[in-house]
Amino acid sequence: MEYFIQQLINGLTLGSIYGLVAIGYTMVYGIIGMINFAHGDIFMLGGFAALIIFLIITSFFAGIPIALLLIIMMVVGMLVTGLWNWTIERIAYRPLRGSFRLAPLITAIGMSITLSNFIQVTQGPRNKPIPPLVTDVFHLGGLTISLKQILIVVITAILLFAFWYIVNKTPLGRAQRATEQDRKMAALLGVDVDRTISITFIMGAALAAVAGSMYLMYYGVASFNDGFIPGVKAFTAAVLGGIGSLPGAVLGGLLIGLIESLWSAYFSIAYKDVATFAILAFVLIFKPTGILGRPEVEKV
Amino acid sequence: MATASAAGNQAVMGKALREGIFAGVVAFLMFLLFVGIETYQDINNALVWRTRWGLLAIFVIVAAVGRFVTVAFIKPHIDQRKLNKAKDGLLDVSEKKGFLRRHFLKFALVLLLVYPFLSLLIVGKQGSLKYVDNFGIQILIYVMLAWGLNIVVGLAGLLDLGYVAFYAVGAYSYALLSSHFGFSFWILLPLSGIFAALWGIMLGFPVLRLRGDYLAIVTLAFGEIIRLVLINWTDVTKGTFGIAGIPKATFFGIWSFDTGAPNNFVKAWGLSASSVYYKIFLFYIILALCMLTAYVTIRLRRMPIGRAWEALREDEIACRSLGIDTVTTKLTAFATGAMFGGFAGAFFASRQGFVSPESFVFLESAVILAIVVLGGMGSLTGIAIAAAVMVGGTEILREMSFLKVVFGPDFTPELYRMLLFGLAMVIVMLFKPRGFVGTREPTAFLKERRSVSGSFTKEGHG
Repeated sequence: MEYFIQQLINGLTLGSIYGLVAIGYTMVYGIIGMINFAHGDIFMLGGFAALIIFLIITSFFAGIPIALLLIIMMVVGMLVTGLWNWTIERIAYRPLRGSFRLAPLITAIGMSITLSNFIQVTQGPRNKPIPPLVTDVFHLGGLTISLKQILIVVITAILLFAFWYIVNKTPLGRAQRATEQDRKMAALLGVDVDRTISITFIMGAALAAVAGSMYLMYYGVASFNDGFIPGVKAFTAAVLGGIGSLPGAVLGGLLIGLIESLWSAYFSIAYKDVATFAILAFVLIFKPTGILGRPEVEKV
Repeated sequence: MATASAAGNQAVMGKALREGIFAGVVAFLMFLLFVGIETYQDINNALVWRTRWGLLAIFVIVAAVGRFVTVAFIKPHIDQRKLNKAKDGLLDVSEKKGFLRRHFLKFALVLLLVYPFLSLLIVGKQGSLKYVDNFGIQILIYVMLAWGLNIVVGLAGLLDLGYVAFYAVGAYSYALLSSHFGFSFWILLPLSGIFAALWGIMLGFPVLRLRGDYLAIVTLAFGEIIRLVLINWTDVTKGTFGIAGIPKATFFGIWSFDTGAPNNFVKAWGLSASSVYYKIFLFYIILALCMLTAYVTIRLRRMPIGRAWEALREDEIACRSLGIDTVTTKLTAFATGAMFGGFAGAFFASRQGFVSPESFVFLESAVILAIVVLGGMGSLTGIAIAAAVMVGGTEILREMSFLKVVFGPDFTPELYRMLLFGLAMVIVMLFKPRGFVGTREPTAFLKERRSVSGSFTKEGHG
């Protein structure tokens, strides 16, 4: 039983990270109906930004409090990756918005290849390890919970609340929801659609950057091809939860994290990704709109 | 008039200057961390950093100047051209084609047929090894894969992101069956195709109900599952080590290309020993396979099943209302596409003599799909051109050792291969969203055959 709860905690931690990345996928899909394949690499970029900031700050201010360091890493990472995603949207997606459906998908795949290879070329192909940042561990009965796990879950919860607030209670969120429902009508009613879409990309990237720096903190290593597998899993999470739905993305992320950690605990580590993908296929085949997604009504 | 245009010009210049500076600032902030700072491991294996201001400056200047030139000169030029075109009132599709364009296919085919001998003649045996193998065979494999995927994506409109799975099935069928049972290439080539087609049906069956992006993501998942099983099922596939020592193809069992064999091709013909003959032989096999793919595609498009695929792509509901069985239509599309992927896989295995899961990553699927879309979906010529440009272009990069003189001895062009490939994908899509060949030849027409703009066909909706 303790082992089971331990695995639940591990899964929850991993699931929080996937959930944060999944929100970026689901929002972009909801608002412009496009799979943003480069989002996984935006997540990787966020991790790298955090890594580089960590190196710079620790070399100048060796005794900086860990909490402050983490906050700076995340905030700067959010700003830089937000700027990247804004630029990518401007250059690669916006000119193709009226074009046929596959064109932005291809540029997104191209951007994904470009981003990971850009980091490989500029920062080198080797894994980049950093010393552990948060080492405290708590023992509760037979359970071990590390402080970084608590941090990840708490930060995710705070961000989700802030995000929920923005989308549901602010004029910006209203513009986003309006654009999602009907872009043309929203534009007619005075919503600046281009700006709303840009901000959506920036928000998605900011969440991915936080996820990236938490991933770095959790595993202590960054690599240029870190974007693909977590990216695909986060996308799986978004689809599993029902693409376009924010609570769905978080739920999907948590489920993927739980499936992954429970499967590796009780069955085999080697096939954990197979389990994730197989469950994705099963869910989609029997409930193609995901768990919380709205059924797609097709009009002729 | 002159003053007005001068004032307009000045406004454009001012705008360009502002946008250029803005782009420079954005580029500075974007690249400051990733280009301006380099992280590396020192002797103690600890991660440290150093600055690269010079490189950062180059990036910023390129971004700023690039934006300035785009806004000041390129954009007004394009706008002017569009305006002129709109005034002419002519459609993009011209009725008349030049002599070269009308006979392009014949020229291309003849060139392909004589290509290996041409390269033998010009650069000799050792030199042509590279041209026949790295350029000829490599490009043709991608042409074949892209034409196979074109049946699924371009004709039937089913977006498949896991096509590489069928390539893998073909390659592993050949590798396993030939190493366990010793079957020859000519038996296993059709068998691999059949196996891949069966997998196409097996994977196609559960996804029949899915549409568009959901279909894409499930096919991606299937592709990854097959790769992960190949990695982890070590008893059969030897995992990441891969299967080595796959036998070579023979000349229909008459001559062998193994050096030790008594019926060795080179000995039988009294030629001097060189591996180039085998490569030329392989070149013709893959060329024949490509031609088979093209022939089948062209013929199928005129048959009821091909028409049903295209109807399915245009509108699934209308298609069903007219009594077309969408289940068999989709499954045949998956199976036919997969079969050609399987042929290409078997060929790949015999050419490399080695298969490992490394060759069947998602990136390959993405590259194949990119070639199909960049070429202009549904257009065989366009796809072949796209394959030649994209694959050949990245191969040429390997050869560019003269760049070392320009950028210093540490410069390795191979590193930039995929980076440039990704950028090329983006740039081609931005300028030609309909692909290299933007026109389509319909198979059903009234009175006279005429090519239509690609914008009239709906693609990849599934």
